[in-house]
Amino acid sequence: MAKLNAACLALSMTAFIAAPAWAETINVAAGEGAQERLQEALILAEPGDEIVLQGGRFELTDGLSLDVDSVTLRGAGMDQTVLDFTGQQGAGEGLLVTSDFVTLRDFALENPKGDGIKSKGADAIVYHRIRVTWTNGPDQNNGAYGIYPVESTGVLIDGTKVSGASDAGIYVGQSFDITVRNSIAEANVAGIEIENSRNALVENNIATRNTGGILIFDLPGLPVMGGGNVIVRSNLVVDNDTDNFAPPGNIVAGVRRGTGIMVMANDNVLVENNVLTDNDTADIMVIAYTQPFDDDRYNPYPREVTVGPNVYARSGRNPQLDGGEMLMTAFGGSLPSVLWDGLSEDGTTALYAVDGTAGWSLSLTEQGKGLGDANPGPLVVDAPGKTFQAEGVGAPSELEDRLG
Amino acid sequence: MIARAGVFLAAAITLALSASYSANSSAPQAVNHAVIVGENLPRSLSDFAFFVDSSRQIPSAGVTPYRLNTPLYSDGAEKLRFVYLPAGTKMRANGAGLLEFPVGAALIKTFAFGDGNARRLIETRVLLHRESGWLALPYRWNDEQSDAALALAGARVDVDAGDSGQISYRIPNKNQCKECHGLQGAVVPIGPKARNLSHRWLSDMAGRSRLDKLPDKHDALPVWEDRKGSDLNAAARAYLDVNCAHCHRPGATASNSGLDLRWEQDEPFAFGVRKRPVAAGRGSGGHEFDIDPGHPERSILAYRMGSTAPGVAMPELGKSTVDEAGLAVIDQWIAEMEQ
Repeated sequence: MAKLNAACLALSMTAFIAAPAWAETINVAAGEGAQERLQEALILAEPGDEIVLQGGRFELTDGLSLDVDSVTLRGAGMDQTVLDFTGQQGAGEGLLVTSDFVTLRDFALENPKGDGIKSKGADAIVYHRIRVTWTNGPDQNNGAYGIYPVESTGVLIDGTKVSGASDAGIYVGQSFDITVRNSIAEANVAGIEIENSRNALVENNIATRNTGGILIFDLPGLPVMGGGNVIVRSNLVVDNDTDNFAPPGNIVAGVRRGTGIMVMANDNVLVENNVLTDNDTADIMVIAYTQPFDDDRYNPYPREVTVGPNVYARSGRNPQLDGGEMLMTAFGGSLPSVLWDGLSEDGTTALYAVDGTAGWSLSLTEQGKGLGDANPGPLVVDAPGKTFQAEGVGAPSELEDRLG
Repeated sequence: MIARAGVFLAAAITLALSASYSANSSAPQAVNHAVIVGENLPRSLSDFAFFVDSSRQIPSAGVTPYRLNTPLYSDGAEKLRFVYLPAGTKMRANGAGLLEFPVGAALIKTFAFGDGNARRLIETRVLLHRESGWLALPYRWNDEQSDAALALAGARVDVDAGDSGQISYRIPNKNQCKECHGLQGAVVPIGPKARNLSHRWLSDMAGRSRLDKLPDKHDALPVWEDRKGSDLNAAARAYLDVNCAHCHRPGATASNSGLDLRWEQDEPFAFGVRKRPVAAGRGSGGHEFDIDPGHPERSILAYRMGSTAPGVAMPELGKSTVDEAGLAVIDQWIAEMEQ
């Protein structure tokens, strides 16, 4: 009975958030004064309101921002409604969201000077059919992130499309309970990146022509660390062959061209049922954090990473690695699909791989010391011995109710 | 003629100040308290009646001017700061930190360019302390300089910024106010911290019972104009605290960067020394560390201060020009830092 009551309450709360009786629809059209009209609508919106962006090109000079809970910002389609930031003069991103229960859907951003859409401390956010494009293609003067939720719990990114980001197309940082799916990340440095985050599901995406397709990272020195509980499954990760164009200094500037899926640090990660082909350096890379660091709270090693069954083809044929030619010769013409640096935390297992996984190890012996003591050899790891605990991974199901 | 006008202006200011300092002066203009604590977003600055003469910025009774030892740089704008306290109320000291203000209080800051008769008021930002918390609103001055209108969505204004020439000055929108004034999700004042207020002003306010007591560790930040005579480290850390730490601190807009530029932060890694960037993108300028000791030319912090390009420039808001004086202090501080 108590359970039932709780369920009823939850249901009614969901209904309340989704559509209060007094919810209004506010229409905003492109054209003269779009900056002020749209920003004013975003400020004056009440919880439950829907702001509808008409089709057309909104020429914007400054960043937009939304700080009201439970607002939907809806366009006429990712090819119909374009927020054009080519003439942007100020602010660090195109659109900043700082409130909870927000839905962003069916519009595009083009050429933001900094990040595309940043949502910070914005819980239970949905990005649906959003496009962020830097129209000049890969360029280190493009903004860093296309879709950029950070410090948030409950993130659903579905059906989006990002290209040209000089860091990561879709970047989720310092967040919890995340789903990134059905999205296309093309010609970014990193296609999709999950960083210092837990409980993330990355599925049914296409990552192509990036420098690296899908990155699962944990970095030191940040307020939120301890990334893990991540599933990367059923993605198409092919032809990630764009030269790294990230400005030096950024962590992704070290990603090798032709990286398919890369796991750095993190615990409890499952990579399965992906199709990985034509990634020139490696289809899958599992490594420790590469730099020296000074942070007692940080664990630089990959722990309990499972490489399940995946489809691999034509990888490691033009690796961006010192001595690549020699290595290819040693391995019979091309590098095996899975690369491990050989590092693990004492007493834990870094990596499991299903039988038949073609891989190799750098056999490094010390974290943060570079590749100097590499002693490449075949990958020798155990097959996964237990079922991956997938419970609690992914965005809360109530976020799905806002799709459709 | 000019001299006479000057004398007149000085007399007017003296009169106005004495009015604001004395509750007994004859029929001083009263600030509209109901508008401050009400539910609405007042459309005009004049609705508040903060000023007896708004174009000259002569305050009403209960409205007291103040300055900060080290101020925030805003494209070189002259800033006129005032605090309004309702009759019978007072501020409370809270150590070296932010003074606590009663409900009904307001902080008023006017941004102006040009000197003397050529001075133009561009915008006035108000922070209203309502029962529900602080509310930040921007007001844009009209061409006649007779009043300022609420600019919820912000605006761009072409301004003659003196040495910097013509600039496209940005009035922030209401949400952008919160980007700097937001802490743990709430809007808070930034400037009036005891450590950045003069002993004289605080003593005066305490003496007039507008402040409960003289705060501990007040007046600690150097006076910016006197920085050459003060400790370089103090000048640099004061500058970073005032110009950057409202975002770059735990619980604020740039918390995710892990960079903490508050005055009281004494862990060098936390304030950027050999700290790698997280989400800087092209803002890194190709450099590895926020601060590379001995090398301002290799430090991201100095690089971003020296840029006006959106996506690179820091601060992200309210900046169309580089603060050369501020950058010089930071450059020298990094250059002289132990390697």
